Amino acid sequence: MTAVPAIERRRPAPGKLWQSLLYHAVMLTFAAIFLLPFYWMTISALKFNAEIFANPVSWWPDPVRWENLAQLFMRDDFPFLRQFMNSVFYAGSVAIAVVLSCSLAAYAFGCLRWRGRNLVFALTICALLMPTIVTFLPVYLAWSRLGLVGSYWPLIFPFLLGDAFFIFMLRQFFLGVPRELMDAARLDGASEFRIWWQIVLPQVRTALVIVGLFAIVYTWNEFFGPLIYLQNREDMPLSLGLFTFQSQRATEWSISMAGSFFTAMPMVLLFLLTQRLFQQGLTTSGLK
Amino acid sequence: MAAGTQIAVSGASPSPRRRRRAGRGEARAGVLFALPWMIGLATFTIIPLILTFYIAQTKFQIVGPPKYIGLENYEAMWTDAAFWRSAQNTLFFAAVSVPLKLALALGLALLLNRATALSGLYRTVFYLPFLMPAVAGSVVFMLLLTPGAGPVNIILEAFGFNPPDWLRDPDSALWAIIMLSIWPLGVETLVFLGGLQNIPRDVSEAAELDSPEPWHKLWWITLPLITPMILFNLVIGIIYSFQIFAQAIVIGGTTGTPAEATLMYMVVIYRAAFRYFNVGYAAALATVLFFVVLLLALLIFRTARSWVYYEGESR
Repeated sequence: MTAVPAIERRRPAPGKLWQSLLYHAVMLTFAAIFLLPFYWMTISALKFNAEIFANPVSWWPDPVRWENLAQLFMRDDFPFLRQFMNSVFYAGSVAIAVVLSCSLAAYAFGCLRWRGRNLVFALTICALLMPTIVTFLPVYLAWSRLGLVGSYWPLIFPFLLGDAFFIFMLRQFFLGVPRELMDAARLDGASEFRIWWQIVLPQVRTALVIVGLFAIVYTWNEFFGPLIYLQNREDMPLSLGLFTFQSQRATEWSISMAGSFFTAMPMVLLFLLTQRLFQQGLTTSGLK
Repeated sequence: MAAGTQIAVSGASPSPRRRRRAGRGEARAGVLFALPWMIGLATFTIIPLILTFYIAQTKFQIVGPPKYIGLENYEAMWTDAAFWRSAQNTLFFAAVSVPLKLALALGLALLLNRATALSGLYRTVFYLPFLMPAVAGSVVFMLLLTPGAGPVNIILEAFGFNPPDWLRDPDSALWAIIMLSIWPLGVETLVFLGGLQNIPRDVSEAAELDSPEPWHKLWWITLPLITPMILFNLVIGIIYSFQIFAQAIVIGGTTGTPAEATLMYMVVIYRAAFRYFNVGYAAALATVLFFVVLLLALLIFRTARSWVYYEGESR
C-alpha cells in the first residue's frame, strides 16, 4: 500500500508533463536563436569565401576548410598571434591594476568612516554614469602632449588609480565584512594597513577574483580607446585588429570569421570555467 | 565563535580616549586609502570635464593653441545636418532598444526562474552573447542578415514574412543595429533573475493563495519587488545606448551607410575629433551629450521615488 503513492509521485500528471515539454520547447527555441550567431561564425570560418554567399544557403561547410585557420596565423596584413598576445597583455595589466587600486578605494568606502566619504562616493557614482567621451578629449590631448599616443600607457595607467565601476562593485562586497572584526584588530593594536591586508582582504578574496575576471572581459572587448590611441597593426589588441582587417579586406569573410572566432573563444572559455563567480558578481552589483 | 567572545569582552573595556584615538586613526586611514582614487577622479574625470566645457568654446585643431570663439561651435551645431540626423538616430535607437531589451530580459528571467534539469544550460546560453566582442558580433550579424545567403532572411521567408535587405535598406538598417544590441542581454537577465530569486518564498506563496491568476501575482507582487533592478537596468541601459559606437562604425562606417541611417552621435563626435581634427566642435558635441544624459538621469531618479519599491520602506 505504501509503495503506490511513491510510484504515483514519481510519474508526473499528464498535464504537468505537457507543460514541462512546452516549457523546454520554448526555451530550446530561444537558446537556438541566441546561439545562431556563434554557429554561423564557426561554420563561416571553415567555408570558402564563395560558399559564404552561396544561394541557396549552406548550413554546413563543404568542404571543411581547415586551411582558413592555418592562414589566420600566417598573414602579414593580420598579425593575429601578435595581436592576441597584445590583448593578453592589455587585459591582464588592467585586471591587475584594477584589483590593486580598487581594493584600496573600495575598502575606504565600504569599511572605514572618514570625513568626506559620502561626497567622494557620490562623485564616484557620477563618474560611473558619465559618458566616457565627455572626459576623453582633454585626456587624449594631454597624452599626446606627453608623446605617449601609440603606447599602452593611456590605456592602462588610469586603472592604476582606480575605476568607478569596479570600485562600486567591490564596495558591495566590502560592506559585507563584519565591522567587529576590524574593531577587534584595532583594539589589539594592529595598524590600519595590516587590518586591510591581513584581516579584510582575505575575507573578500573571491570578490577580488570576480572583479579581476570582469576587468579581463571588459578590456578584451574594449574598442574605442585602442582605436584612438594605437595606430600600428603590430601594437593593436584583437578587437581593433579585427576591425582594421575587416575594413581593409572587406571581401575575405572567412578569415574575418576565423579571427572573430578566436577573439571570442578565449572569453567564452574563461566564462565557462568560472561561471559561478560571474553570476555572483552580477547579482551583487545589481542588487543594492 | 572564539573571536566573537573576545570582541564582546574587549569592546567593553577601552577608555574613551583610546577609542577616540582609534577613530582618528581610522579617519586618517580612510583618506589615505581613498587618496589614489581621489587623485584619479580629479585627473581623469573632474578636471577633464571642466576642460571639455572650455574647449567647447574654442576653435581648436590639435596643432596650435585653442582660440576662444564663445558659442560659435554650438551655433555651427544648430545648422549641422549630421548633428540632427545622428541625434535623431541615437534617440530612436535608445527609445526602442532599451525597453525592448529590458522586456525580453525580464521575460527570459521569469522563464528561467524555475529549477529544471536544464536550468544551468539555459543560463549559460543566454549569457554567452555578452562575451562576444562588439566588433566580432557586428561582423557576424552582417553575414547573418545578408539576403539569400544569411539564415535570418531564409528563416523569416520560410515563415511567410517578406524581410528587407537589412543593411542596404535605409528603413531597416537601424533595426539591424537594434537587434545586434539586444542580442547580448545576459547581464540584464541575470540581474533580474537575482531579483526574482530574492523574493521571499512566503510572500510568493501567500500571493498564490490569494489569487489563482498568475497575472495578478506578476503585476502586484513580482514586478513591484524587482523595481530596483528595473531602475538599475534602465539607467545603465539608457546611458550606454547613447554611447553606441563599435556596432555603428563596423556596420555603417563613419558616414552611417546606407544614407546616414546608422549614423550615431558617438560616430559624429569621433569623426569630428579624429578625422576632421576639429576638437573644439567635438567637445561641444560631447558637452551636449553630457547635459542630455544628466537631465535624463535626473528625470529617471526623480520619478523613481514613485515607482521603485525599497525593502523596509513602508512596513
